[in-house]
Amino acid sequence: MNVQIKHTQAERALIDAGETAGRGPALDWLKERGLPTRRVEAWHYTDLRSRMPDFPPPADKPEAAKASLDRVPRLFDATRLPFINGHYASELTDPLPPCAMVADGVPPVDADELRHDDAIGAINAALAGGGLSLAIKENANIETPIGIVCVGDEPASAVTRHRVTIGAGARVTLVERHVSGDGVALHANMVTDLNVAEGAEANWVIVQEHGDQATHLAQLNITLAARAKLTIMLLNRGGSLVRQEISVDSTGPLSELKIRGVNLVGDESHVDVTTVLAHHARDTVSTEIFRNVVQGSGSGVFQGQINVAQLAQKTDAKMACNSLLLSDAAEFSAKPELEIFADDVQCGHGATVTDIDEDHLFYLRARGIGEKEARDLLVKAFVESIFEELENEAIADALNDRIEDWLDENG
Amino acid sequence: MLEIKNLHVKVADEDAEILRGLDLTVKPGEVAAIMGPNGSGKSTLSYVLAGRDDYEVVEGEVLFDGENLLEMEPDERAVAGLFLAFQYPLEIPGVATMNFLKTALNAQRRARGGDDLNTPDFIRQVREAAGKLNISMDMLKRPLNVGFSGGEKKRAEILQMVLFEPRFCVLDETDSGLDIDALQIVADGVNGLRSADRGFLVITHYQRLLEHIVPDTVHVLHEGRIIRSGGKELALHLEENGYADVIASAA
Repeated sequence: MNVQIKHTQAERALIDAGETAGRGPALDWLKERGLPTRRVEAWHYTDLRSRMPDFPPPADKPEAAKASLDRVPRLFDATRLPFINGHYASELTDPLPPCAMVADGVPPVDADELRHDDAIGAINAALAGGGLSLAIKENANIETPIGIVCVGDEPASAVTRHRVTIGAGARVTLVERHVSGDGVALHANMVTDLNVAEGAEANWVIVQEHGDQATHLAQLNITLAARAKLTIMLLNRGGSLVRQEISVDSTGPLSELKIRGVNLVGDESHVDVTTVLAHHARDTVSTEIFRNVVQGSGSGVFQGQINVAQLAQKTDAKMACNSLLLSDAAEFSAKPELEIFADDVQCGHGATVTDIDEDHLFYLRARGIGEKEARDLLVKAFVESIFEELENEAIADALNDRIEDWLDENG
Repeated sequence: MLEIKNLHVKVADEDAEILRGLDLTVKPGEVAAIMGPNGSGKSTLSYVLAGRDDYEVVEGEVLFDGENLLEMEPDERAVAGLFLAFQYPLEIPGVATMNFLKTALNAQRRARGGDDLNTPDFIRQVREAAGKLNISMDMLKRPLNVGFSGGEKKRAEILQMVLFEPRFCVLDETDSGLDIDALQIVADGVNGLRSADRGFLVITHYQRLLEHIVPDTVHVLHEGRIIRSGGKELALHLEENGYADVIASAA
């Protein structure tokens, strides 16, 4: 197809960077389509073309990676695989257990199959400059969580791609953490392909705490095999423009998926979580619960798609999205989408949007609790139970600490 | 200690007054009972004293130890020593009762210029007070009032009253929804707090509660005004003759 659109500054920057990287199909995708606008259904509530004015060039390999990493205190005990401004800092990696193997480098990507609305995938395929392949051996039982820690301290683009495979019967907790300072116009793009093999039990924890100028576009693509159990815990508590996509293909029977998310949307920021769950096999279970708190003129989005194939009888899929708006200017858009071809399934969804209950507030204040502290208590009550299902208490406590910290700063 | 003078109150968005010139004085150490038929303004009085902002004070004043109570925020009133035992205690999901008690107690201590209570002392105090009110520690681990029975909610209110040691307690229909055993437990809790420098305003529909919490004075509220005041025998008179007789003689 001929180029028909007039490219924006960000699109020209993306294409220039892509020409340098020299990757064909994804670059063609970007040239031809540009960034999606609200006319592309999957991007209806997040007009990327208007929200993303520019795209900075990639950062050079950092000279003081250790200093950058040292500025990010550990939230809990974990084996860290650090990325600084998109570059893997192998010299700073904690020793991995023998049943986990890591290979440095962008894993091969098939960019011929990019969907028409997969802007995050296209940018990533065209530009990924760093990445890891992480393999957890069959039946491995790894106690200490393994975490990819992405630190950004330059106004640059950091585009990474990872492939993680969890062998059959293995048990492991994996973490991705994203940190950048306020005022740093970082553009982070991260795509991870995660394969959870038969009977494996895994947790995937995402802690996104970028500064107030960062753009964070992330995609987690998951294949869940028979009897595999995966729990995803997502905490968004930063960034100026954030889109987290999670797509899950349940390919084998009896798999169980849980997604628990807390989105703390600060003033003037935009946070979008889009999930697509595809149940392809019988007897699979999925539950999704999101709690969102929106402050100031922040805006949040949850799009939850559940697709049940004709073969996927006895699917049990539930989705809930509850939002608390702390100001009159705050907004949240929730869009459930269910597409069901099987006739013996349970699928449910519910969404609520509320503000602080004045009766609750009065009761607390009548007990001597000041207004700010009473509000914080109610907001905490709204979100904190979400991470309790995580068996690792240290992580659950750390996530709740990060929530409290956000409330102290933004509540 | 508490002086209510010519208090006129209406619901914020409506015209009709609910309290229409209420006068009442409660002295330190006094237990004053307010009785009245449904709709006489009993609960409005308790909410106005606690500082709920759905009500508008049209006229009059309320002095608490000489301070203008109506100008204070609800939390400032609590810090000053006012406590309202709610007729319908609110269920607050997600806030563990224990955490709530600690937050409230420490907020009051801090506002009075004190330090937070250390956790062992706090737990000891709660355990002791809860034991007397027949409240289990398991119940206190649950979210505040969520899933509590009517009686449990009322006992939890009294537990707060015991822990916070307020100087003036307003009990709004604390007897409603209580069986006779629970009523006795609640009354014991209240009676244990009676002292020369603490005042009580006990709002009730029935005389039953006043057999257990014996008042010094009884005031009949009707159509937003006190129409008769007397000693504890007035409550007995109301029990035998109903409100009609007192209302008729006041008219």
